Amino acid sequence: MDFLNSIILLTNFIIVPGITYGSQLALGAIGVTLIYGVLRFANFAYGDLMAFGTMVVILMTWYLQSKGISFGLLPTALLALPIGILLTIAVSLFFDKTVFEYYRNKKSNPVTFIVVSLGIMFVLNAVVRIIIGPNDINFMDGHKFIMKARGFKQLTGLNEGLAIKSTQVITLVTTIITCSILFYFLNKTKTGKSMRAYSNNEDLALLSGIDPKKIVLITWVIVSILATVAGTLYGLDKSFKPFTYFNNLLPIFAATIVGGIGNPLGAFYGGFLIAFSEIGLTYAYKKFFKYILPESLEPSTLIQFISTDYKFAISFAILIVVLIFRPNGIFKGKVI
Amino acid sequence: MIKNIDFRICFSVMTVLTVLVGLFQSWGIALSMLNLCLISAVMAMGVNIQWGFAGLINFGVMGFLAIGGLATVLVSVPPVHEAWSAGGIGILISGLFLAAVVISVFMINKKLSKHKYKNYFVFLIIILSIPLLKFIAGPSISKIESINAATSGFLGGANLPIIFSWFVGAILSALVAFVVGKVCLGLRSDYLAISTLLVSGIIITIVKHEEWLSRGVKNVIGLKRPVPYEVNLQESEWFINLVQFFNSSKLSNVLDPEVKISLLNQLVITSSGVFVKLCFSLIFLVVVFVILYFSEKALNSPWGRMMRAIRDNEEAARAMGKNVVKQHLFIFMLGSAIIGFAGAMLVTYDGLFTPSSYQPLRYTFLIWVMVLLGGTGNNYGAVLGGFVVWFIWIQSAPFAMVVINLFTGHLDETSYIKNHLQNSVPYFRYLMMGLGLLLVVRYRPKGLLPEKVIKN
Repeated sequence: MDFLNSIILLTNFIIVPGITYGSQLALGAIGVTLIYGVLRFANFAYGDLMAFGTMVVILMTWYLQSKGISFGLLPTALLALPIGILLTIAVSLFFDKTVFEYYRNKKSNPVTFIVVSLGIMFVLNAVVRIIIGPNDINFMDGHKFIMKARGFKQLTGLNEGLAIKSTQVITLVTTIITCSILFYFLNKTKTGKSMRAYSNNEDLALLSGIDPKKIVLITWVIVSILATVAGTLYGLDKSFKPFTYFNNLLPIFAATIVGGIGNPLGAFYGGFLIAFSEIGLTYAYKKFFKYILPESLEPSTLIQFISTDYKFAISFAILIVVLIFRPNGIFKGKVI
Repeated sequence: MIKNIDFRICFSVMTVLTVLVGLFQSWGIALSMLNLCLISAVMAMGVNIQWGFAGLINFGVMGFLAIGGLATVLVSVPPVHEAWSAGGIGILISGLFLAAVVISVFMINKKLSKHKYKNYFVFLIIILSIPLLKFIAGPSISKIESINAATSGFLGGANLPIIFSWFVGAILSALVAFVVGKVCLGLRSDYLAISTLLVSGIIITIVKHEEWLSRGVKNVIGLKRPVPYEVNLQESEWFINLVQFFNSSKLSNVLDPEVKISLLNQLVITSSGVFVKLCFSLIFLVVVFVILYFSEKALNSPWGRMMRAIRDNEEAARAMGKNVVKQHLFIFMLGSAIIGFAGAMLVTYDGLFTPSSYQPLRYTFLIWVMVLLGGTGNNYGAVLGGFVVWFIWIQSAPFAMVVINLFTGHLDETSYIKNHLQNSVPYFRYLMMGLGLLLVVRYRPKGLLPEKVIKN
């Protein structure tokens, strides 16, 4: 019984939140890594692109709600998602045409790309804050919990409860669907293969008759889809605040590099690695050990590796460790 | 230096902007803008040394600014004796322990540089040291933080004049930059950008949450000043006489003695504020001149030539026998020291240290916009960038307000769009910055004052 309790405890406080947060990071990191692999620069405007997509979804959700349309048990935001994706694609392509294309044709160095992505970051930041404001917005509606802690306790008779929010399941399901389609696309379709070829060796790809314009266009479309989906899922699960989205760029970068920059599968694993280390290392295991150890060995301290204040710092530290030991990432980078 | 055309452009732009703001808004606003322009210029010069001279991309500006800010607290605040007696020893021991860990890591790196498992040793030491450090320092920290938690709850500082903290901030920043540089500088440009950004995130987290050190999110207020306080000025004889002297024509027009005294009092109060800011401006101006002078000297010295050679062609410089790694580390420390100096100046000017206010957008990327806009590799460019960007940053909200009123003038006062736009006026500054950066990088990639290529 104690053993079961301890397992439930860990599931409730580490595994379920870890999977949710990990999925959100993974989706974001795949986007960053695709931009890096195909367009060859680190896009600092990505966090704000996520914020922009989510903003459109929120505005659309409000519109649908005002018309009395809802999605039953599911949040209305899922209905609004396609519009958000479309507008985000439009914005990405607009910035690509007006800004990035010029530097791509000039074959500028990566730092110039970073600098212009900073400019776009400022612009998107302003646009989001001017349109929707800097405040916290909760746009989750529909059914909140799939399983409540008390219900679980009554059902199983255990001491520990297991709470599963519907947003957590939605996040997981959406991530599985999105990633399956994406990896199928990259590995099995002709366009996906040409994208990988272009990322691997640009000159050879051009020689084989791959149209670079088409590759760039498809990359921006995929990246915008991922950014909007990741942003909306994060906003549904927690809440929407432009500043948080900007800050989320940092763990996303960490996940990208940890998984090997330019490697989508690596970014996927990197997202989960970062999420689980953030949650696992800041969790106080006192109660867990109380269940599994005999009474005489019960711990007196919290058994917490580092306090929760340092949650973000952990992902940064992991990144630095990885950069020192394996600069190319845990999985081999630079190939998608 | 004075004969230099860039120098003249820089400082005439600054004078014109200050005078314009002084005439159209108020002299108080103009001077506080000038002061922040000068501080920004120092920050921009620090970044310019790293990026313009050596081509090192440091997105960790925010972290070094915070270290400079922390230095003001550590130097100028009076020590909290109760806290020291309660937990001082524990903190000192854990400080020694931390130093031992850092030194042993460096020793392992040096002594066992060929060893197969060297990295794993280092990793193991760092991982084990964190819980140990917590175990050693934990009880003392909770003791310190519990003493007068509402008003102090930290160790305090050394109770020295705050000017010292500027130098201490520079030294602390350089030390941190040494460790960061050792870890990160070998990385390629974009990796370096990301990793320094993340390191600055770690620094901010530490400053924000180690309350025994910096009071964290509870902020430290009422820091010392290198200039007189307004209240003291208002009571001192010579200052009142000075105000009387400057406003004698205004005062002589008033005949009623009571009205005259109240007018004088009002003048004394407003001019005391202006006087304090003027003192700050003078100190900051001296700092800007000194750093500018030495940066120019350095840029035109053999060392500066070597740095540019390394920046433009690392391989060739290495082939000529230059120690690229060492020079990179040195210039990274130098630039960070200047940034730390500016961070201490900023906190001194504000009079308070608020760790939660450090955000990358304002304290890293804005400084970068200054350097890129002003002119990479040109010290005067960095100074000009500091002035111009800070001016736009401050003035874009009023400017946006005017534009919004112009376009929404025909709308009703209660119109939703009008109110919404008026409420979001502060965010137009981000838009201005972004557009400005994009336009400059596209049409004037070398900045407003491009780097001078010296050929002989």
